[in-house]
Amino acid sequence: MSEHAVETVAIDLTINGRELAAEVEPRLLLSDFIRHHAGLTGTHVGCEHGVCGACTVLVDGTPQRSCLVFAVQADGAEIRTVEGLAAPEEPLHPVQQAFHEEHGMQCGFCTSGFLMTTVALLEETPHPSDEQLVDAISGNLCRCTGYRNIVRAVRSAERKLADAAEAPEGGAAAAPTPVGGAVARPEAADA
Amino acid sequence: MKPASFEYRAPEQLDELLELLADDFLDARVIAGGQSLVPMMNFRLSAPELLLDLRRVEQLGSLDVRPDGSLAVGATVTQARLLAWLEADGRWPVLAEGIRHIGHPQIRSRGTVCGSLCHHDPTAELPALALALGATMHVAGAAGRRAVAAADFSVSYYEVALEPGELLTEVVFPAWPAARGWGFRELARRRGDFALAGAVATVDRDPSGSAAAAVGLVLFGVGDRPVRIEAAERALAGRALDAAALEEVRALVPAQIDPVDDLHASAEHRREVAAELAAGALADAWERSSADV
Repeated sequence: MSEHAVETVAIDLTINGRELAAEVEPRLLLSDFIRHHAGLTGTHVGCEHGVCGACTVLVDGTPQRSCLVFAVQADGAEIRTVEGLAAPEEPLHPVQQAFHEEHGMQCGFCTSGFLMTTVALLEETPHPSDEQLVDAISGNLCRCTGYRNIVRAVRSAERKLADAAEAPEGGAAAAPTPVGGAVARPEAADA
Repeated sequence: MKPASFEYRAPEQLDELLELLADDFLDARVIAGGQSLVPMMNFRLSAPELLLDLRRVEQLGSLDVRPDGSLAVGATVTQARLLAWLEADGRWPVLAEGIRHIGHPQIRSRGTVCGSLCHHDPTAELPALALALGATMHVAGAAGRRAVAAADFSVSYYEVALEPGELLTEVVFPAWPAARGWGFRELARRRGDFALAGAVATVDRDPSGSAAAAVGLVLFGVGDRPVRIEAAERALAGRALDAAALEEVRALVPAQIDPVDDLHASAEHRREVAAELAAGALADAWERSSADV
């Protein structure tokens, strides 16, 4: 397969609202395109065969494993990655804030995948049942096995998003807790 | 863990795609969702020279109910799209329940119905559902089109009755009678894992409502392909599916299947699990069925 030069393919796609045009080899995985071509290294690559969920991004609004998509297949797609949740220096996205407050991470490797999966879940189903919640995150592995706090973080994110939807623009309910601030944990008693 | 090089085409016309697929000098593979193919390519278990993407062929994305009440699902319809449609429609509830057992949301939002049927993993839900519901596979090739019954489409492990150069363009599920009862049971070691075994059951009651006019039972994960348990279907037809009838099924199923030992379970364990799942799915189907109206 050496001298045989493979044709590259021109693609246009949008990542976090930014339009990108590139010439890529067909075999380039979307996960690698996001990391190496778009320079967005918040999307992590774990198993590269669709088991761990660390590379989950939103493709046209649905959660997908970017290691199981070729970049050429994403031509014309709208991609959202963890970097698209909140700009640097801006307050965290409510889902990020919830994972922060509830300590929904340990080493952090799986976190961007969990965040994107959670964003997709709560956008589609603002108040998931326990069954729906567990089903939604079942495709993301946390090898630190910190699942209890992750589930708590999803529930906390659910409340934050619901409050933000109810509160008027800029209202107190939408204001995120400052990093390091004291946080009420109403469900800590069930631990 | 990077795939070998390949060429990529995403034609807009089905004819053009079939022509490329029929080229004997090219090792071409079709890709739609790629949720089974891409892992195999990442491992280099599969290294096609040409990947033909179906995504631009508009007609392959159709999902509709035909005048005869059947449900036609095109080659690029994802499992998530069909599931959302089924949940809104309410018919074919057993299909919806089966799809909920496929992998994880990330898989279902890209994986296609027809892709799973063609990949034909013996533990997969959709081939079993297609068999249980008597689906018809519509196949197109450069030489023409043909229709294949689900029972004939399943051949063996990861093998279906597609000839080189052929494409599964759509699967058609027959109309769903409103009074039909259904059951879907599956056992996996963890949520979303490949099934150890699973069962799909349907019950159509007779007009009196006190007995089953027709019973369907298909098991999967217990052999090289989903298998219809005709002995159980015959034994139950014309009867009420009471405790005694279900006990007969439990006793009868183990001899009707030929599961293998593997890392996850012994053949003996699979026989026991399959018998229990069969009885459970049949009980659900009986419970959910009503007298034909």
